[in-house]
Amino acid sequence: MQTHQFDAIIVGAGGAGLMAALYASKGGANVAVVSKLYPTRSHTGTAQGGIGAALGNHEPDNPLWHAYDTVKGGDYLADQNAAKVLAENAIDAVIELEHMGLPFDRTPEGRISQRRFGGHTSNFGEKPVRRACHAADRTGHMILQTLYQQCIKNEVKFFDEYHVVDVLMNNGACVGVVAVQLGTGELHVFHGKATLFATGGWGKIWQVTSNAHSLTGDGAAITFRRGVPLQDMEFFQFHPTGIYKMGILITEGVRGEGGVLINRHGERFMEKYAPRIKDLASRDVVSRAIYLEIRDGNGIQGKDYVYLDVRPETVNRYLAEAGETRRVTGEEIEKKLPDILDFCRVYLGVDPVKEPMPIQPTAHYAMGGIPTNVDAEVVIDENWTVLPGMYAAGECACVSCHGANRLGTNSLVDLVVFGRRGGMKIAEYVKQADLIPLPANPTAEIEAEFKRIRSGKGRSKPGELRGIMQKVMMDYVGVFREGAGIQQAIDTVQELRERYQTDLSLDDQGYKFNTDLMETWELGCLLDLAQVTAKSALARTESRGAHSREDFKARDDQNWLVHTLAFSKLAGPYQPGTLDLDLNTNKKVDLSLAETDPRFAPKERVY
Amino acid sequence: MDVTFRIRRLNPEIPGKDKPYWQEFKLSDVEPTDRVLEMLHRIKWEQDGTLAFRRSCAHGVCGSDAMRINGVNRLACKVLVKDLGTKIQVEPILGLPVLKDLIVDMEPFFAHYRQVMPFFVNDTPLPEDGRERLQSPQDRELFDDTTKCILCACCTTACPSFWANGSYVGPAAIVQAHRFIFDSRDQAAADRLDILAEPDGVWRCRTIFNCTPACPREIEITKAIGEVKLAIMRGSPEGIIQVQEIKHEA
Repeated sequence: MQTHQFDAIIVGAGGAGLMAALYASKGGANVAVVSKLYPTRSHTGTAQGGIGAALGNHEPDNPLWHAYDTVKGGDYLADQNAAKVLAENAIDAVIELEHMGLPFDRTPEGRISQRRFGGHTSNFGEKPVRRACHAADRTGHMILQTLYQQCIKNEVKFFDEYHVVDVLMNNGACVGVVAVQLGTGELHVFHGKATLFATGGWGKIWQVTSNAHSLTGDGAAITFRRGVPLQDMEFFQFHPTGIYKMGILITEGVRGEGGVLINRHGERFMEKYAPRIKDLASRDVVSRAIYLEIRDGNGIQGKDYVYLDVRPETVNRYLAEAGETRRVTGEEIEKKLPDILDFCRVYLGVDPVKEPMPIQPTAHYAMGGIPTNVDAEVVIDENWTVLPGMYAAGECACVSCHGANRLGTNSLVDLVVFGRRGGMKIAEYVKQADLIPLPANPTAEIEAEFKRIRSGKGRSKPGELRGIMQKVMMDYVGVFREGAGIQQAIDTVQELRERYQTDLSLDDQGYKFNTDLMETWELGCLLDLAQVTAKSALARTESRGAHSREDFKARDDQNWLVHTLAFSKLAGPYQPGTLDLDLNTNKKVDLSLAETDPRFAPKERVY
Repeated sequence: MDVTFRIRRLNPEIPGKDKPYWQEFKLSDVEPTDRVLEMLHRIKWEQDGTLAFRRSCAHGVCGSDAMRINGVNRLACKVLVKDLGTKIQVEPILGLPVLKDLIVDMEPFFAHYRQVMPFFVNDTPLPEDGRERLQSPQDRELFDDTTKCILCACCTTACPSFWANGSYVGPAAIVQAHRFIFDSRDQAAADRLDILAEPDGVWRCRTIFNCTPACPREIEITKAIGEVKLAIMRGSPEGIIQVQEIKHEA
């Protein structure tokens, strides 16, 4: 075992982690970034369409409108102070990214080019607004590359392919993490004053997902096992347009450029569900509409998919109908959506300039996660009590600026805004905080857990368990849910957890790059998070945002303008038996903007 | 359909398997549209959990799973069975030390990347209005192609000059340098051109063109290297790349 000491440890090297690392180190902290992937492999790189910021480069815009769209998009579960910080800081953050060299597309005047995106409107919902700052359809790639480049420039210390598997606590504070060096199998202890988790989401709980194989929710699972709650886990976004069966994301930017959703009768069905902004309604609304169309037999050939049509003739027909003068050509589509076209040509043999794309909703983004305040400090109860030394930012965190449903582009905004704020806060904190000693035998418990996994002599293979979990979660804890189905998912996942605990066997008994072992450990994270998700979903007896209960169809502001906090009743990296939770619903949603501005008060959400 | 995979393997921890060897796996019920990555997962999850390879996004964006597939460098997640036939051979990319099965040591590759100052440099004062630096769409277009690089190493490990001499920075590092050299906002072009004019810089490129078809992002790499060579010869990147006028909507 090796021990490393730093002021600050950043776990994960996507946008939030790199942003935090950059700002913590610029603020004078000695920082280590510990990541199971090479930083440029992180999932931020797959974000496509844009990053929202009310720059107003094409038409008037206002951060307050952005905050309003965020609150409304989140179906009023977003903490309004957080939405305000998000929208206001977005402007500075995007400008700073440009100053770091990020190659945004440009307007004829040389400013950052912006496009329309779902749920983003001007003047409190009046009409779609061009707010998404973009670099072709690879905006996330550019953000990830730019931040990694700047970290190299600032000589940030990276531990690439070190897989963090446990968090260390002492005297009620977070004092670091334990990581497996993948190349050797050796355990390393990272001891620091501040630890920030930026480990991303857990879309791999579901069968059809846009998420990378690596998105197994490690950071959320290991902090949960050490007593930190998980907030609002019932809210997981299904993006409306994943490539049929594969789940690969087709950016909302396609609809921002004029693409429309079409059912088997050739109808632009979003006109029925969101008369005002149609295909650019919030993602939860569009995903439900697609499911309803499919259920009514309106899927293509009666199957479980619909078309996304961005052929110039289709786009131009609807532009003309809407009285707009803008027209698109095939060439422009090629230029603006090169990666999307490439995905469709490679994986489907479909050329979107000539044919519509077959799509279905795909599990995409965790609104819930490790609860934090707007400075990325982890908070562990309804009184916003800070856990000293622990921070979280990006998808694994729940600020909550996204509420019950995140708006498109706001994930990138979230990770740069709160990664940056977290990095600054850490730089401040480590200057005055003492280094708390490590607990005794810091690796003993996680070593025992790995030994247990290795020594399994059962009949179950991890891949089989994962497949069953993914299917049951897709069927019962997906776009639509109801009590009996959720209970069935809970029971199945519990059985899988038992098999995981008693009936596993591994093929690989080595230490170097033992991907068999690490995938199995990741499966344990997924199973725990699936269970917390399903149990949180069962408890919330209303429909709000991405959580749509068929047995409780209405939103219930009387009882449910609260966040769910789920605590494990067990402690430690191995949680045997049934995963029993304490579900706390005492944390009220922040409605601070509504106090002075009635437009922010919860009301029925129509698009 | 049935497909036979022939995979180049190595396990440094097991005597007898610590030298490279070939192993065959048979898969049935393969769809022509299945990705090679999915088939490797099936082998790993159904037949042999010890098979080791890197992967993450599974749709050609993260750059983790560069492999030599039927003799050509590709991303395993971006090549379909139907484009390969029923016999598929998979081996690690060449020119980097093999650590286990399909996993190679990427450190030499990233060391070359870091050599070329792969970061934006502009120390002039920021715009006084607190806003973005301006750049025309034409100037932005000059380096658009090389911004697509995902550092997968397909190009560098397809390059015979790199195979012959691992101290050559390689195509990927030059692509990364190109992205900044031709960015009108950046001010360190001269420094990068000096670095690339060194013996291990661009002149080790013999215009073999292997890099260009190897690129899963379809970057015109050989062309980009040529533009850097020309910039070194002329002492400046000015005027080397021409772009058509960009039409813009109102």
